Amino acid sequence: MPELKFDKTKCASCKAVSCLVKCQYMNLDRNEAKKEWQKLINGEDSFVLETCTTCYACEEYCPFGNHPFYLIVERQEEKNKLAAPRALIRQWVNMCEPVGKFMVGQVKEQALSFCLIPRLQFLATGKLFEDVAASWIIGAEFFCNAVYLHFSRMSVIKDRLPKVVENISRQGIKELICLHDECYATYNSLAPAYGIEVPFKATHYFEYLYNKLKEFKSDIRPLNIKAAYQRNCSTRLIPDIDHFVDDIFKLIGVTRLEREYDKKNALCCGAIILSLKGYDIGTDVQKRNLDDMVKCGAEYCVFNCPACWDPLAANVAKRGIKPIHMIDLCRLAIGEKPVLEV
Amino acid sequence: MGEVYETLVQIVGKNYVSNHQEERYFYARDPGLMAPHEPDYVVMPKTTEEVQKIIRLANDTKTPVVPKGAGLALTGLVIPLKGGIVVDMKRMDRIVEVNEGARYVIVEGGVTHGVLKAYLQKHYPHLRHSVPESPPISTVVGNVVIHGQGRLTQQYGFHSDMVSGLEVVLPTGEICKIGSCSVSPYWFSKGPPMPDLSGLFLGWLGTTGIITKMSLKLYPQKKLKDVEVFVTDREDLVPDIVFKITHTEMIEDMGIWSQPRPRMFADNYHLNIFFTGDTEEELEFRRKMVWHALQEYIDSKDGGFMQLPPEMKPTFLDNPQKSMSAFADLRKGGGFEYSGPIIPMELYPSFARKAQELGNKYRVVQNASGRVIQQGHCMMFSFAFTFNRANSEEMERCRKALHEAAEFGLEKGAVLWKPTLYEQKMMLRRMDQNTINLMKKIKQLLDPNGIMNPGNWEVE
Amino acid sequence: MEKYAEQIHRCFRCGWCKFTSDYSDLNCPPYRRFRFETYSTAGRLWLVRAWLNGEIGWSERLGEILYTCTACRNCVEQCPMGFASDIVDWIVGARSDMVEKGRIPPRVARFFEAVYGYGNPLKLLRSDRAAWADGTKMYAPGDEYLLYVGCLGSYDENAQKMAKSLVDVFNAAGVSFGILGNDEECCGNEVYMLGEMGLFQTLVEKNNQKFKELGVKKIVTVCPHGYNVMKNRYPALGGSFEVYHYTQLLNDLIKKNKVKPSRNKAKVTYQDPCFLGRYNKIYDEPRQILRSIPGVELVEMEKNRADAFCCGGGSGNFVMDLLAGGEESPARIRVREAYETGVSILAVACPSCLTMFTDAVKTEDLDGKLAVKDISQIVKESLPAKKR
Repeated sequence: MPELKFDKTKCASCKAVSCLVKCQYMNLDRNEAKKEWQKLINGEDSFVLETCTTCYACEEYCPFGNHPFYLIVERQEEKNKLAAPRALIRQWVNMCEPVGKFMVGQVKEQALSFCLIPRLQFLATGKLFEDVAASWIIGAEFFCNAVYLHFSRMSVIKDRLPKVVENISRQGIKELICLHDECYATYNSLAPAYGIEVPFKATHYFEYLYNKLKEFKSDIRPLNIKAAYQRNCSTRLIPDIDHFVDDIFKLIGVTRLEREYDKKNALCCGAIILSLKGYDIGTDVQKRNLDDMVKCGAEYCVFNCPACWDPLAANVAKRGIKPIHMIDLCRLAIGEKPVLEV
Repeated sequence: MGEVYETLVQIVGKNYVSNHQEERYFYARDPGLMAPHEPDYVVMPKTTEEVQKIIRLANDTKTPVVPKGAGLALTGLVIPLKGGIVVDMKRMDRIVEVNEGARYVIVEGGVTHGVLKAYLQKHYPHLRHSVPESPPISTVVGNVVIHGQGRLTQQYGFHSDMVSGLEVVLPTGEICKIGSCSVSPYWFSKGPPMPDLSGLFLGWLGTTGIITKMSLKLYPQKKLKDVEVFVTDREDLVPDIVFKITHTEMIEDMGIWSQPRPRMFADNYHLNIFFTGDTEEELEFRRKMVWHALQEYIDSKDGGFMQLPPEMKPTFLDNPQKSMSAFADLRKGGGFEYSGPIIPMELYPSFARKAQELGNKYRVVQNASGRVIQQGHCMMFSFAFTFNRANSEEMERCRKALHEAAEFGLEKGAVLWKPTLYEQKMMLRRMDQNTINLMKKIKQLLDPNGIMNPGNWEVE
Repeated sequence: MEKYAEQIHRCFRCGWCKFTSDYSDLNCPPYRRFRFETYSTAGRLWLVRAWLNGEIGWSERLGEILYTCTACRNCVEQCPMGFASDIVDWIVGARSDMVEKGRIPPRVARFFEAVYGYGNPLKLLRSDRAAWADGTKMYAPGDEYLLYVGCLGSYDENAQKMAKSLVDVFNAAGVSFGILGNDEECCGNEVYMLGEMGLFQTLVEKNNQKFKELGVKKIVTVCPHGYNVMKNRYPALGGSFEVYHYTQLLNDLIKKNKVKPSRNKAKVTYQDPCFLGRYNKIYDEPRQILRSIPGVELVEMEKNRADAFCCGGGSGNFVMDLLAGGEESPARIRVREAYETGVSILAVACPSCLTMFTDAVKTEDLDGKLAVKDISQIVKESLPAKKR
């Protein structure tokens, strides 16, 4: 069974305890943070376990890459201090259970991963995906399993992820283009954190799009729009790809508006927080995020993740901002029509 | 025999009577598990007067009469146990009148739920009636007569509670007005402030007469609607969850369900909570109240609201739910039947467990669901089992499962909804003797020749 | 289709199939006409099963019940079950069983005899098939399209006008096409729907051979029935050609300015024929044609597109007319619905609809109030005088 590569000496020498001090949902000073974190390292109970909203941000706040969030998830399960209602945990564990059904296209060495999200099949169409569109995988057998970070079920990840990696390799895939941000995060953050070897290259779809746009540079008509970027939870696990947002935007004439809830201070879509914590906390997160978008004068809100789209896109539209997925934004820039609409 | 046929032809016209093998075969059966019993004739009257003539003929010739809507109760209630004349009400399909201000609609006996829903949406978009989950071809009157339930039952009760007047042809042939319409041109009440005679006809499964017109209450139709699904892994918490939600008085409808497949639903209990509003603000307020009511369950991890994928939401909001009919083909066999005990909420946990037990014991695919009635005064719990119609052994196992479900239900204190013949007998065996005597008196008074759907509600 | 007997028990008789999508109206033609439950899809399927199991014997009424299904596919469209797309196939399967056993209504038998002996179900002479054609060019190798006229277009008085109009429009547009004339044979769509598989196979093989010999690469049909069978059944029996319904080609010609309708002020409604609409999902092209005619106001009937109510002519009933007789015969119901929209023209794209509705208009006493015209006729009337 894979084990978390957690180095407690790094935490011992840590002065800032940013993982907890910077948490957007816990109001801890450095001393309190140090105390509670030590409890977690020792395997003791701490209110942190049940207060955690699973926004993933502490993974980004830790300067040592010591995986504080993954440790929290492990401890939640060990101590049975669950982040989420039991019934929802059960639902998700059942929902994504592999069933031996391998749904694949004409898979080549380079393939698209639709994860477990059918609508990604519709997004990945048009000129930008022409060369690779026929080569794809989808379904529970290829599911990245990162979602169980929200459900205190690291055991499920440890059990299923190695098999998923094997399933992908057995298809002969050398480069997997991850259309879902979370999949890329799984192969580049979660898997290495557990010493799970990933024999293929996982490419973020941002990078893929950026390269494709450079290829079709002559087709680009600058959009000249101001956009708020909705930075989702899993980007916290892979902050190194954030620059692609700026790179793509520069190429297609989009301004990434500076706002309070972007980059390291981003707010997640709130859908999980609603389920885990209830109406008041969840809607507050969403309201602050949307108010911020309105305040900074956004014409568009660019989504990275389809799971953020569901809870937020309609509300974004109601506030007079056009929601658009990053793939659709790139498609728009080369004269194609968006696929995903409210 | 010949005389009956010829008279029926005179009453309704040759095209609307049949004694052919084809009609006898088809009308002898329903989609459920009951054994077939063929009628001698099937007749389709157009007017109340034609119905009256048919009943008079039946009285004169002592021929059984079975009124039929769409026959979708699934419990064999329109199968003519003793042959005779099946009166298929479908041609009495007029929507007679809508009184907007008083919010009621008068329909003839064969008007379907689907047509009424579409009619109101088109002509009176701010009014609605309570739509059940049965397919839209089910008739308003047929559904009321069996005390059906639907989208507005959580707020306003059984569909029979929503009646505000009747026109009935008695088994002895008199056309009788029931309710305010017996005195006034308005059909706003089925009884009060006078003696409530509607109880002589509602729930009697056609044994006390044929309802040719019915006035049904209408309710406000709001512009927006939404649904939340609360999930718990503990069935024993469901009664309290329902109590808390209904206390808010914020919701439209609540359905409770559990099923082993698809896997994402296995081993959990789900509450579909429907609410409506004319504005986003109203909708959001109701949503907030419901969430707040269940915050303690979220905090204790005993339950939570699931994220409904947008592609799933229309299925939940669909009313009637087309997907519910599709349960019938789960075994690639086109059949299901359910026993629907009406129970106080506190019995839900034991019934939910029993449904699983029966599914395992009889190796049948089960779906346990229910609808909250009138703010949780009671609920309809459904033990539904699906079967392959080409597999008689599987059908027999389903019968046994339903039988055991009914026995269990009665033992626990349930009263069985739209009971099959044997369920009626089970209930009569438990019933207070004076109550039985009263029912017998009423039947003898109204139907001295015993022609109306004989076999049903019959005491040996 | 062969396996229908193993599947037919799956009908739950839930009744969703009887309605339109919004349940505002009943949409099954025989159920509207006869009203007994036995004439609904469920009735049909349960009775066929009973017949297969020996629970009931064959009778004239059973035959009538089975053959009054016009195969309009409303049930396929509305059924919530996983087998929905197979329903009409099951009915065709049952029919083919009955044909094999020689248990069919006399009108159906006569239909087959006529097709077999005369190459058309109207039992008219082969030598008269091209009598309407009036000098229309015969197909020669090298022509871009074979215009497949069909039995109704060739022989039916109303549909002949449709064929002539279409020929005139194509000529005005400079389309390269020709007809088979007296060499044309029944396309076999109705023969298939009625279950005579032996005859069907013979017809298809004959036609495919003919097309091959002539080097036909593209066929355009007057009739949606012909379009349907050539698109969906001929390839499996060796057919290798592209096939279009004329509305697809005509729409294209209008878009490319090869046909330029001039002003024609008219309020028009459009009947979606089953074999274009529900069968092949062609809903837009005919409407685009009508909308492209200046002055034409297109008004939709309440039941339109996938909810269109069948004219009652399907499954050979444009000849056999098993659903005739009375106010509730489908064609009469539909012309009343068309008239209620306030239009002066009921536009059709199918010769079966054309002939069924033309008769119904007379029976409904709407002669002079509601004209029934094929789209090609409307387009032709809209062309400048010298172009026609």
